[in-house]
Amino acid sequence: MPPWLDDLFWTYQNLVYALGINGLLALSIYVVLAVGQLSLGQAAFMGLGAYSSAIMTLKFKLPFLLVLPASCIVPVVFALLIGGPTLRLSGVYLAIATIGLGEVLRAVYLNIEWLGGALGLSGIPERAGIVSIYGLLILALLVLWIVGRSHIGRAMEAMRTDETAAEVMGINVARYRLGALLASAILAGFAGALSAHVSSFISPNEYAFEPAVTILSFALLGGIGTPIAPVLGAFILTLLPELLRGLADFRLVFNGVIIVIAVLFLPNGILPFRLRRHGR
Amino acid sequence: MPAILELSGLTRRYAGLVAVDSVDLAVTPGTIHAIIGPNGAGKTTLFNLISGITPPSEGQIRLLGHTVTDEPAYRRAALGMGRTFQNIRIFAAMTVLENVLTGLAPRFPGGLAAVIALLPSLRRAERSAVARARDVLDRVGLLSKADTPAASLPYGDQRRLEIARALASAPRLILLDEPAAGMNPAETAALALLVRKIRDAGTTVLLVEHDMSFVMNLSDHITVLNFGRRIHDGPPGDVKRDPRVIEAYLGPKVAARLAAQRQTTPGP
Repeated sequence: MPPWLDDLFWTYQNLVYALGINGLLALSIYVVLAVGQLSLGQAAFMGLGAYSSAIMTLKFKLPFLLVLPASCIVPVVFALLIGGPTLRLSGVYLAIATIGLGEVLRAVYLNIEWLGGALGLSGIPERAGIVSIYGLLILALLVLWIVGRSHIGRAMEAMRTDETAAEVMGINVARYRLGALLASAILAGFAGALSAHVSSFISPNEYAFEPAVTILSFALLGGIGTPIAPVLGAFILTLLPELLRGLADFRLVFNGVIIVIAVLFLPNGILPFRLRRHGR
Repeated sequence: MPAILELSGLTRRYAGLVAVDSVDLAVTPGTIHAIIGPNGAGKTTLFNLISGITPPSEGQIRLLGHTVTDEPAYRRAALGMGRTFQNIRIFAAMTVLENVLTGLAPRFPGGLAAVIALLPSLRRAERSAVARARDVLDRVGLLSKADTPAASLPYGDQRRLEIARALASAPRLILLDEPAAGMNPAETAALALLVRKIRDAGTTVLLVEHDMSFVMNLSDHITVLNFGRRIHDGPPGDVKRDPRVIEAYLGPKVAARLAAQRQTTPGP
């Protein structure tokens, strides 16, 4: 690597990592929105992935090659636990119930000494990097693209449009809902593990209400017509604060204004296109 | 011949209201069976009970010899039942062809793993599904519009698309909820032709409809509901003479006057 590129990378290393991790989180909300579920547990699942992976690394000294795939286990268990009772909920009720999960877990992290309490866990070795982050992001994009173009993607779009009509067409709506929730938990779990292993420090407040809303805004801005759309939304919303550095304190205001404008004038996101499904 | 659909004592209560009141019904295979009745008679609730959208309070539903009372809607669809809705519920953003392909959902082998593995059998299934969907579109006369977005179809075509979507999986029984609603006479005539074609191709038709001449000309059997109860059941010729049906539609006063007239005027 030439020295100037090396310098540039060192300066923006954290930003490069954040782009990839937020891309994974955008896909995590995409899979539930794609079946019409306003399920906002992504930040909670991310926290579970981050905490469980950090514990595996710090307390059990497991290698990262084992920790990363295992980081989706705890989020999946929780997804199965909340999947049953929340299966009947929809719309804002589901949103509130899933945000509740994040708040409950925050209180749990705060009060358990073994999990670091309010101080969080620090000294997590930097084991993740460009390869693991972007490798997983590209893999996830590829899988979701293939699934989206198949009959499964068609069923997902059908139930997003009209759940009753989809069920009458022979689509097992409950199974798709649970499947989407599990996929969402896996993706967010990976994102949590990766972020814990690049930032060396995690604390309870990183995985509660605010990140849940930020993750939702990725999909709001990008759209959910294709898996690439929410990832683009995540990239823009991650880059914006950096690009607007000159505006100093007005950064967040500008950020908010951009989201409002996008929602008002681009209701289907900046990439509203649908997946093409069969040869024409 | 055993009934394709058999309801016994089917009841649905809402707080303070019995929408469907112990209805017994047997639909003979290969017929067009109409359910009529004044507004609020419980026709659509009955359809929702049959298709599995609403759970019944009491009673039993048998479809093709299976008791499906507690089965979810998607499993009843897989057994061989399709339906359309009173207010059109097509998947608006999808193309016409994709809408029909959605109706073929239960026909695809394997799940997520098969999709990710890009199994060739799945590609074959997709190809045969597309061929089947185009065939169904041809039957309802929408093949030329296969690749247009469903939302851009005119009203009558959207109704026919809903029928095509329900026909995609070659159901043994199709439920049509007010298929002629909002159609002009020409469209209604074309629809009657289509419904006959569906029956002649071996799919039993159960329909709810308000257009009386449509129902009378088309149906092999008519069931009349009023306030959730079955008040008449028989061939179309008998319906117009049943005093209970006349009373349900025209009120007791008019019914009594008609009855008196019939007694005083000597028949031909």
